[in-house]
Amino acid sequence: MLRIPCPHCGVADEAEFRYRGDASVTRPPADAGVDAFHDYVFLRDNPAGWHLEWWQHAHGCRATFQVKRHTVSHVIAWSGWPGEAPP
Amino acid sequence: MSSGRYSGFRLLREAMAGHQGWRRAWHPAEAKPHYRIAIIGGGGHGLASAYHLAKTYGIRDIAVLEQGAIGQGNLGRNTTIVRSNYFTAPNIRFYDAALQGWERFEQELNFNAMVSQRGTLNLIHTEGQRDLFARRANAMALEGVDAEYVDPAGVKALVPLVELTNARYPVLGGFLQRRGGTVRHDAVGWAYARAASDLGVDIVEHTGVIGITPGHPITLSTTAGPVTAERVLLAVAGHSSTLAAMAGFRLPIETYALQAFVTESVKPVLDLVVTYGGGHFYASQSDKGGIVFGGATDGHNSYAQRGSWPQVEETMTAGLTLMPALSRLKVLRQWAGVMDMSMDGSPIVSDTPVPHLYLSTGWCYGGFKAIPAGGLVAAHLVATGTPHPLAEHFRLGRFRAGAQIDERGAGPYPWAH
Ligand SMILES: Cc1cc2nc3c(=O)[nH]c(=O)nc-3n(C[C@H](O)[C@H](O)[C@H](O)COP(=O)(O)OP(=O)(O)OC[C@H]3O[C@@H](n4cnc5c(N)ncnc54)[C@H](O)[C@@H]3O)c2cc1C
Ligand SMILES: [Zn+2]
Repeated sequence: MLRIPCPHCGVADEAEFRYRGDASVTRPPADAGVDAFHDYVFLRDNPAGWHLEWWQHAHGCRATFQVKRHTVSHVIAWSGWPGEAPP
Repeated sequence: MSSGRYSGFRLLREAMAGHQGWRRAWHPAEAKPHYRIAIIGGGGHGLASAYHLAKTYGIRDIAVLEQGAIGQGNLGRNTTIVRSNYFTAPNIRFYDAALQGWERFEQELNFNAMVSQRGTLNLIHTEGQRDLFARRANAMALEGVDAEYVDPAGVKALVPLVELTNARYPVLGGFLQRRGGTVRHDAVGWAYARAASDLGVDIVEHTGVIGITPGHPITLSTTAGPVTAERVLLAVAGHSSTLAAMAGFRLPIETYALQAFVTESVKPVLDLVVTYGGGHFYASQSDKGGIVFGGATDGHNSYAQRGSWPQVEETMTAGLTLMPALSRLKVLRQWAGVMDMSMDGSPIVSDTPVPHLYLSTGWCYGGFKAIPAGGLVAAHLVATGTPHPLAEHFRLGRFRAGAQIDERGAGPYPWAH
């Protein structure tokens, strides 16, 4: 069971949250072209290691925020609001 | 040295001689410095590709490089279900070619893989689901593939364990493919490794690839030293992105854990493969008597081959809703495999941005059933450099071209597939 630190509510069980994928990709400007959008929508680093990702506190405050988690050990090192960056 | 032909007569003869005459099913090879073709990953797809390259395309100078032992990846972790009840026409054609491959498998490879066409039954719980399954059955019928609608009484007759009137999602019917069923997963790996080895392929176990240098030939750094090859096939399931990163490119793949479970053995109670439509749960009964079951992925990127607790609870809850009697059984084992979830939920058998480097990946949670056809189409691609007609839609370029395969309409969200 992941114990996820919501920046608003504090730590809660994974079952309260919804996963929303890789938070390291950024949406390109509207005129960036097909290749930029292809990379943004489809290509992922998919690391076996530290991963920055979106979670939503669906059964809590409903905020969406970032988590830095290790995809092998599941250790969570950091959580923060959109726009923030892990130290 | 070949292991010799297997037969009932051979079994009898070996039994009389105290079983002293059996030889290793495949020759344990060490990596040579150079090969015409190197296949990374000794799972079902890597081994079947090696077999077809040797058998169908006549290329014998091949190594299969496997970091562990044969069968320790998803090949030996899956729930053994085979079927071809897909929705899009190209997928129906591809997966039915695989199902026909299973129908020939044991004769062709001279190996008992316990191929059992016991039928796969998907249960229907809402009107919308019924419409979707009817549409899928019609799509299959157009391709000449069998599919039947079963009414609730028919469901009860096929699977007495199912609680038809469960309060939340009563069973309205079922979608049956009689040719679907199960195949003994380990035996599939052993059969392909043996057949490929007999044809001269080097099955190199305990040799992991830790670096890929593009060029001609391509140089692979392995735990047993460098190996060069004219052409390389990546068939490493959940580790595809890691290997692609070594070669310098990214993939439309995320890695997720999928769990499975098996109960203690009981007398036969479940004759076919059943899938619950009200939640994530499916089950079959092994010939040993255990109920083998599973559900959805863990729902977030994971390379941990162990599985998460919320998914254990969800799978058990769904299972007991459908078949309350299962609550009396003890679960003996639970395990997980790490899967190559593609962005559209369909496989990628393709060339790559690196010349002479090819891919067989994106098999998601359904790549076991695909092995006989997956091996053929990957072998065709590596041998000829062009996609096999059955697998043109699996090319990597489909994502850039906007030609994703819309099997389920779930969008580019692997956790939703
Ligand atoms: C719990 C579970 C249940 C499933 N149930 C079903 C089912 O009922 N029906 C179905 O059709 N599919 C099912 N699947 C999916 C199916 O198992 C996979 O899609 C299929 O086995 C993938 O085949 P593969 O050969 O690509 O992968 P694998 O068998 O995983 O082979 C990949 C191999 O690559 C090796 N490897 C990785 N990295 C390296 C490296 N650097 N160097 C050398 N070797 C490396 C690994 O050790 C592994 O042996 C299930 C999967 C799981 C986990
Ligand atoms: Zn919260």
